[in-house]
Amino acid sequence: MELTSLTILEAGRLLRRGEVSAVELTESVLDRIVAVDNQVRAFLTLTPELALEQARAADERLTAARRSGEGDLPALLGIPMAVKDVLCTEGVPTTCGSRILEGFLPPYDATVVARLEQAGYVLLGKTNTDEFAMGSSTENSAYFPTRNPWDLSRVPGGSSGGSAAAVAAHEALGALGTDTGGSVRQPAALCGVVGLKPTYGRVSRYGLVAFASSLDQVGTLTRDVADSALLLSIIAGHDAQDSTCVDLPVPNYLEALSPEIAGLRIGVPEEYFGPGMDPGVEATVREALGQLEALGARLERVSLPHTSYALPVYYLIAPAEASSNLARYDGVKYGHAAPGADELWELYKRTRGEGFGAEVKRRIMLGTYALSAGYYDAFYLKAQKVRTLIRQDFDRAFEKVDVLAAPTSPTVAFPIGARVEDPLQMYLSDIYTLSLNLAGLCGISVPCGFADGLPVGLQILGRAFDEATILRVAYAYEQSTPWHTCHPSLSVGQGADPAGC
Amino acid sequence: MPYRPTIGMEVHAQLLTRSKMFCGCSADYWAAPPNSQVCPVDLGLPGALPVINARAVEATVLTGLALNCEIASVTRFDRKNYPYPDLPKGYQISQYELPLCRNGWLEIEVDGERRRIRIRRVHLEEDTAKLTHVEGCSLLDFNRAGVPLMEIVSEPDMHSVDEVREYVTQLRSVLRYLGVNSGDMEKGAMRFEVNVSVAREGERGTKVEIKNLNSFRAVTRSLEYEIARQTRILERGGHVEQVTMGWDEDRELTFEQRSKEEAPDYRYFPDPDLPPLTLDPAWVDGLRARLPELPRAKAERYQREYGLSAYDAGVLTAERAVAEFFEAAVAAAPAGVDAKMISNWLTGELFRLMRARERSIEQVPITPRDLVALLEMVAAGRLTGASGKEVLEEMFVTGRPPAEVVAARGLAQISDEAALRPVVEKVLEENPGPLAELLAGKEPVLRFLMGQVMRATRGQANPQLAQRLLQEAAERRRRAS
Repeated sequence: MELTSLTILEAGRLLRRGEVSAVELTESVLDRIVAVDNQVRAFLTLTPELALEQARAADERLTAARRSGEGDLPALLGIPMAVKDVLCTEGVPTTCGSRILEGFLPPYDATVVARLEQAGYVLLGKTNTDEFAMGSSTENSAYFPTRNPWDLSRVPGGSSGGSAAAVAAHEALGALGTDTGGSVRQPAALCGVVGLKPTYGRVSRYGLVAFASSLDQVGTLTRDVADSALLLSIIAGHDAQDSTCVDLPVPNYLEALSPEIAGLRIGVPEEYFGPGMDPGVEATVREALGQLEALGARLERVSLPHTSYALPVYYLIAPAEASSNLARYDGVKYGHAAPGADELWELYKRTRGEGFGAEVKRRIMLGTYALSAGYYDAFYLKAQKVRTLIRQDFDRAFEKVDVLAAPTSPTVAFPIGARVEDPLQMYLSDIYTLSLNLAGLCGISVPCGFADGLPVGLQILGRAFDEATILRVAYAYEQSTPWHTCHPSLSVGQGADPAGC
Repeated sequence: MPYRPTIGMEVHAQLLTRSKMFCGCSADYWAAPPNSQVCPVDLGLPGALPVINARAVEATVLTGLALNCEIASVTRFDRKNYPYPDLPKGYQISQYELPLCRNGWLEIEVDGERRRIRIRRVHLEEDTAKLTHVEGCSLLDFNRAGVPLMEIVSEPDMHSVDEVREYVTQLRSVLRYLGVNSGDMEKGAMRFEVNVSVAREGERGTKVEIKNLNSFRAVTRSLEYEIARQTRILERGGHVEQVTMGWDEDRELTFEQRSKEEAPDYRYFPDPDLPPLTLDPAWVDGLRARLPELPRAKAERYQREYGLSAYDAGVLTAERAVAEFFEAAVAAAPAGVDAKMISNWLTGELFRLMRARERSIEQVPITPRDLVALLEMVAAGRLTGASGKEVLEEMFVTGRPPAEVVAARGLAQISDEAALRPVVEKVLEENPGPLAELLAGKEPVLRFLMGQVMRATRGQANPQLAQRLLQEAAERRRRAS
């Protein structure tokens, strides 16, 4: 048994029984990182000393608990995990994949990070991301692109590509990501792992460096659905420091898991099987739908008629918010400051000119334009109205069905460099994920097979605050299929060896 | 036809809340060392999020109610985007489309004429950091960043500098009555912007804005200057440019800051970090019930109930603490001491002592009950007015009750004829010359003799009684001779 390929729950059981120590587990994951991350390049920052320190502390607690017979230990005690570099970690560099935050050491932890810490996790490091989470391939990272563990010549998806690749390549037992338009689900699909995007307001955004505040949500990347349920139970819940975080009770998502979905109504939105979709992806997803039916679920065709507007609406609202959120990076208080600027406006212009990459600049300009006097009504306000229509599409669909099922991404992982020159083509990678963010609902991507030897994701979309149901459907599917047991080859052009699953 | 100005005002008032607008840091930044009251939220650090201060909302709604405004049932915070180092997020959280309060008015009275100045809106926002320019660099103190700031915008309803002075004076008084603002302009607790256009009656002028005015004096002086400047231009047949002006405090002149073309586009949009705020009408009604009697209503009542002059009523009600002192004194006053007498002593003698020693009414150790006890002695003739003032001064310094001071100083007035008659006789005997003049009918010498009686009694003689006794003694001598 490889320690690095354990799920969080499996590792937790071994740790509690004393069959493995947290230091052993952490060391083997750190060894794995040393062995493979020069190829995968999932991490921007590694924190091995901190990790071993946390692991030793976890071992002390585990030992003491075994001696005293205490059973009530924190759920993540001694579990090595990775955190996307857009989440603030006190004293640990947080760059958002941008030059402009190079060297920034947050003086505080994001609420989700604090909750993981309370649960006893071990921080391995910060994972690569498209700059400020703007992108779908992790190629917009100002530092380096991350590679897909299933084929190192391909992208892992994005923007949480570092977290997805780290989990897929066994460089972490689980990871946090963020999802603004698909940034957890799409890389999860492309890397063959489970990616959960909770309902907007389910998880605190405090300490998540904002890209688009009305869309951003922290999510999880794990090897299986049960681990997602466990992590959500830990990070979800009210936070007095985030006014958009809802004060609703947090169910025990793990206990709510059941492989039983007979009679459940699953809607299949016809708009999510449109042109531009890889035939291999479509065939794989249709087969997965058949499996859900075989499990006793009732499939129903539904329509989300405003789906085609989601992309333009998203690319007005998200950049508009981003143009304001990113105004604070001016080189005065933290991060990159252009050297030699001796006048305020020169400092601003040069700092931002040097510090931001092309995609970030493109979106700041788009957003600034959309909010400008004379254009606000036609662009931003109109987009908000269409956003309401998109939400109503979902409301109507959920009157008839319990969840929706669809592909996560229209294609499998594409070659590095294939779309960097064509932003529109890149934006289309999120065509099936960003409606959910606009509507503020929850979704999960679960591995459902392979097309051309590369992973394909099945997306289950749910009602607001009904994570329990999408987790249940994903779990039932996962437990009846072998896909979550497949491991990547970490080579170029090899893809999966389905026989190995 | 003469030119006349049309003036509107924007008043920024810091709210006296304990914590800042969107975080838990202390809002009382005045004496704190630079950058000692800051956190990720007011510093605008990446990932930090705002949370609305309920007390600031309450203070703003209270102000809106005092200014006769409609209170919003749903209100929203918006981002006002502009880059400047004193704005750590690159935007200010303010209110644009849905302010907390709108469509109100404040009544002012100038030269006996009452007018309502309409209030367009009252909204809530956050203060900026304090920027200090020193040689070769600029210093930033973020203690002030995020302090709750209320903006009160009037309609352009004022047409003279006197009206503006009255408006800001009234407004300051109302805010202090409500306890929402300190009114301390030296510490920047109230800051002003005016817009003024000059035109012939019935015509429209061009609006010029003057920003960054930090005192009533700056408001009135800059307006006088700007009205004169625009009038001069118009009289020469020129036209006024639409510009934003600054005010040069030292040279007392306005200077152009930016033209209309340079006006910034703030790209306002609803702050996605703050969901819309719904105000419960019952909660608003609760605040309405808590509204104190406001200065103008109080002043009118003082005139009506106590027959005070408009001027005295105005002076007594300008500060809530003074009015409360006055009302407590009136309530405690025994027969013979009326509100007018209390008003005279309060606005005359007590205010003189407060001014001389730079004390506010809260710092005066005299209780309203002790004040009226003193006035009762004066009214009953047990104490001369002069002695009363002397006693008040000692009460002001030591806080001792008047009876104690009077006894210690032996100041009780001599109103006993039997006690005073021998003194009068002695004075006449010792002053034969003046007595002869008095007997010869030279009345003015009576004042000299009065002075001698007062000297002999160390000022304790009842003056009316002393005068009568002097005249009676002289009469007896006249008859006797």
